[in-house]
Amino acid sequence: MNAAIRRFAQSNFMYSFGRDKVAMVSFAILAAFVILAFSAPVIAPYDPYDQTTIDIMDSEIPPMWQDEGEARFLLGTDAQGRDMLSTILYGTRISIIIGVCAVLMQMFLGITIGLVSGYVGGRVESFFMRLADIQLSLSTLMLAIVALAIFQAAFSAEAYSDMAIIMLILVIGFAEWPQYARTIRASVLAEKKKEYVDAARVIGFGAPTIMFKHILPNTLSPLLVISTVQVANAIISEAALSFLGLGMPVTKPSLGSLINSGFEFIFSGSWWITAIPSIVLIALILCINLLGDWVRDALNPKIYKEK
Amino acid sequence: MQATLVMFVISLVGFSIQDNLGDPLRELLGQSVSEAEREALRDEMGLNDPFFVQYGRFISNAVQGDLGTSYFFKRPALQVIADKFPATLDLVIGATLIIVLISVPVGVYCAIRPTAWPARAVMGISIVGISIPVFLTAIFSIYLFAVTLGWMPSFGRGEDLVEIFPGWKTGFFTKDGFAHLVLPCISLSSIMLPLFIRLIRSEMREILESEYVRFAWAKGLAPKRVWFLHALKNTMLPVVTVGGVQIGTMLAYTILTETVFQWPGMGFLFLEAVNRVDTPLIISYIIVVGLIFVVTNTVVDLLYTWVNPTVKITGRGR
Repeated sequence: MNAAIRRFAQSNFMYSFGRDKVAMVSFAILAAFVILAFSAPVIAPYDPYDQTTIDIMDSEIPPMWQDEGEARFLLGTDAQGRDMLSTILYGTRISIIIGVCAVLMQMFLGITIGLVSGYVGGRVESFFMRLADIQLSLSTLMLAIVALAIFQAAFSAEAYSDMAIIMLILVIGFAEWPQYARTIRASVLAEKKKEYVDAARVIGFGAPTIMFKHILPNTLSPLLVISTVQVANAIISEAALSFLGLGMPVTKPSLGSLINSGFEFIFSGSWWITAIPSIVLIALILCINLLGDWVRDALNPKIYKEK
Repeated sequence: MQATLVMFVISLVGFSIQDNLGDPLRELLGQSVSEAEREALRDEMGLNDPFFVQYGRFISNAVQGDLGTSYFFKRPALQVIADKFPATLDLVIGATLIIVLISVPVGVYCAIRPTAWPARAVMGISIVGISIPVFLTAIFSIYLFAVTLGWMPSFGRGEDLVEIFPGWKTGFFTKDGFAHLVLPCISLSSIMLPLFIRLIRSEMREILESEYVRFAWAKGLAPKRVWFLHALKNTMLPVVTVGGVQIGTMLAYTILTETVFQWPGMGFLFLEAVNRVDTPLIISYIIVVGLIFVVTNTVVDLLYTWVNPTVKITGRGR
C-alpha cells in the first residue's frame, strides 16, 4: 500500500500537478468547498431544516458588513429568515452529492454499455450506439427538463419534494450516459486488438472477466478526463433544474433553488440572497472545470477531442 | 430513418403522458355526474379502447395538427404554441447572430496568434464563461443593467413590435423591441460563445498544421488568403455540424432565459403549462420541440454532405 502511494506520488500525473499553479489552487479551493459542505451539520451556526429555529422576523437581513447587518448572521438571511451561511453550506452539500451521484450513475450505465458494445460488437453495438446518437441529438438539459416536468405533474408537490434528490440523480444520470458509453467503446475498440486480450482469451477467461478486469483498467484515463467535466455539467444541470422549480424544493434548497428563491427579491434590493449562492456555485464549477482542463492536458489529450 | 424513429419515440412518450397524466373526464365534467354516465362517456370518447387503437387515433390526429385543446387557454394547444413561437425565434436568431459574429473572428484570431496576450485572455475568460450557468448570466445582467443602472428593460418583449410575416411579430426593427431583446440574447449566447470560440480555435489550429496549408504558404500566397480562404473554409465544416446540434441545446436554454426575463415565448409557456398540469399543452410542446430537433439534425446532415463532398453518409444512395 505504501509502495503504491509512493509510486503515485512520483508519477507523471503528480509531477505535472506540482508544476501547475492553477491546478493546485483550484484543487485547494475545491477541497475546501467539499470539506466545508460535508461538515455542514457540525460547523453551520443554524440548522436550516429545523423550522423551529427560524424566525420570520429575521428575514432579509443583509450580510454582516452592511449597515443593517447583524453579527448573528454572517452572510445575512433569506426571505424566510434562514441564516444564509448555514443554508449555503447545506445547499452546497446537496449540489455536490447530486453532481457526484449522477456522474457515478452515468459511469455505471456508460461503462457497462460501452464495454459490452465495444467488446461484443455486431448488433448489440449498433443498437446501443444508435441509441446514444439519438439521445445525444436531443439536448440532455431538454430531456431532463421534460422528464422532471412530467414527474412533477404526475406526483403531488409534497410527494415530489421528498423524492426530488433521487429523481434529480436518476434524471441527470440517465440523460448523459452516452458520453461515457462512446468514450469507453472507442478505447475498447483500440484495446481489443492488443495481445494481452488475446492472451487472456487463450487462458480461458470469460468475457466479463476480460472486459472488467483486463480492458477496463486500460481505459481509465479518458474516463477520468470526462468525469471531471461531467461532474461540473451535472452540478450546472442540477442548478438549472432547481432554478426552474423542477428540482430541490425550497425547504431543502440546493444552490439552484436558493438562487431561485432569492431571484424575486433582487428588484427590491435584497441582492445577497441570490448573489452569494451564485458566487459559490460559479466558484465551485470554475474550480472543477479548471481541474478538468488540467487533467485533460496531463493525461491523454487526444481522446477528449471527439466531443 | 433515424428521424422517423425519433419522432415515433417522442409521439409514444407524448401519448403515454396523455394516457397517464390527469383524467380528461375530470377536466370536462364536474363532480355531480353519475358513475354510469361517466362510463358511457368513457366509451363514447374511446377511452376504454385498447392501447393501440387509442395510440393510432392520437397519431392520426397529431398528423392533422390536432394535439388537443389547452385546458387553460381553451384553444387548440398547437395554436397557443404557434402564437408564442415568434418570441422564441427572435431570441434564438439574436443569440445566433451574436455567436456567429463574435466567435468566428475571435476564434480565428486565437488560432492565428495562439501565444499573443489577447488570445490567452480570451481563453482564460472563456473557461470562466463556460462555468457560469445561463440563468446566472441573465440574473446578473438584469441586476446590473436593469436594476442598478436602469439602461435596459428587465422583462417582456416591449410594446412596439413589427409584423414582418403574418403572425410573426419581431422586436428587431423598433427601438423598444430591440432594447428588450439585447439582454436576453446576450444571456442566451453567453454559454455557447466560449464553446464555439474554443472549437473554432482548436479546429483552425489543427488545419493550419496540415499539409495543404503548408503548401499554400510555400506557394507564397498572401497570409490573408491562406487564413480566410483556405483554412477557414475547412475549419467551418465541423463547426457547422456542432452548431446544428447546439440549436437543440439552445432551445433548452431558452426555457431558462425566458423564465428569468419573463419572455412570452414557448419555454415560459411550457413551464406555466407544467405548473398548471395543462397536459395537451405539455405534449404539444414536447412534440414541437422534438420536431425542431429532428428537422435541424436532418438539415445539418444534408448540409454537411453538401458542403463536404468527401463524406458519404452511410445509408444514402443505396
